[in-house]
Amino acid sequence: MKVLNIVETAYRATLEEQDDPVVWILHAMKGAGADHSVVLSGNAVNYAVMAQGVPPLMFGDKVQKHAPHIAEQVAGLIAKGVQVMVVRECLAARGIDEEELMDGLALVKQAALPKVMNGYDQVWHW
Amino acid sequence: MADYILIESRDPFDSAEVGRFLDLAEGLAKEGGEVALFLVQNAVMAARHGAKAAALAALAANGVKVLADSFSLQERGISPNGLTAGIAVAPLSAVIDYMATGRRALWH
Amino acid sequence: MMGKKTLTFMLMDAPFENARTTTALRLIDIAARRGYDINVFAYEGAVYLPLAAQARHANAVHGTDAAEEDHPLPREWVAAVMQEAARNGGKLDWVNCGLCVDERGANEAIAGVRRGSPADFWKMAGASDNVLVIPTR
Repeated sequence: MKVLNIVETAYRATLEEQDDPVVWILHAMKGAGADHSVVLSGNAVNYAVMAQGVPPLMFGDKVQKHAPHIAEQVAGLIAKGVQVMVVRECLAARGIDEEELMDGLALVKQAALPKVMNGYDQVWHW
Repeated sequence: MADYILIESRDPFDSAEVGRFLDLAEGLAKEGGEVALFLVQNAVMAARHGAKAAALAALAANGVKVLADSFSLQERGISPNGLTAGIAVAPLSAVIDYMATGRRALWH
Repeated sequence: MMGKKTLTFMLMDAPFENARTTTALRLIDIAARRGYDINVFAYEGAVYLPLAAQARHANAVHGTDAAEEDHPLPREWVAAVMQEAARNGGKLDWVNCGLCVDERGANEAIAGVRRGSPADFWKMAGASDNVLVIPTR
């Protein structure tokens, strides 16, 4: 079964979870043998921006270690052989230049998504 | 060609991403698949006749079957007779019907 | 008459926070009434849906005591849908994501809920007629 995962929600609970929970579960399912690909759309296109990082986080004297490394998480999917696509129009709407993005991504136009989706057995929208 | 049941739970007054999801519905229909868009929860706000939701009105004319959840409509006091032309009222069971026939199901 | 189907749902929302919870359980209830086999993978806050410790309370604004208020408890909805599925010849396999349970302290779930992992979701999805992911925001 080939699955396309369209990820749109971004930076939801990432600081509490130390990961993006959707990107994390995609890693976990890949480890369980999943044959899947990813489309980053909406605010999630920002996950492809290399320069992101979390400033130090403290509550009282509690220092929170192990900040999420979202870009590395996404790059890790690519390294595992997961195709990661990013919607061009969503990048443009947010003023994100291609030069800011990690290597290994495939940029797709919004209008191309139906054809892309039809190449999979299941399409899950996150 | 694959057929789809797209479930829209958000309204365009709250989320700018709804427009892209409607575009996706139209694009899937143009690719040759049967596409139904099921409006549930606050998404039915856009189905009210007179709502400023032109994209939704156009979708019904562009090959997508647009349905509005009867429960969500009643919950918001939207009369089944007061919907934008081309949008039909349906029970939530329609989603399970479509899933049972194997249509790819996406929730937004 | 439609044949028996197996449907898998991925849920992510905690109870009492938004309308997705009710809609998801309405969908699962419809499938249960048809005697379908249903898999639910509860991820993130959704592991709280079958939490055994959910309890009723009085409501001073309504002027009711706990019994009169009869506040909805999603754990009862989940239990009822499990029974409905069984009554109609189907079953509801509810799997709580184990790591999500641990970090939330949501260990005590109602009977019939089991602990699992993303591998379970992948396996359930592969063995189903269809899958619906209901994401949180």
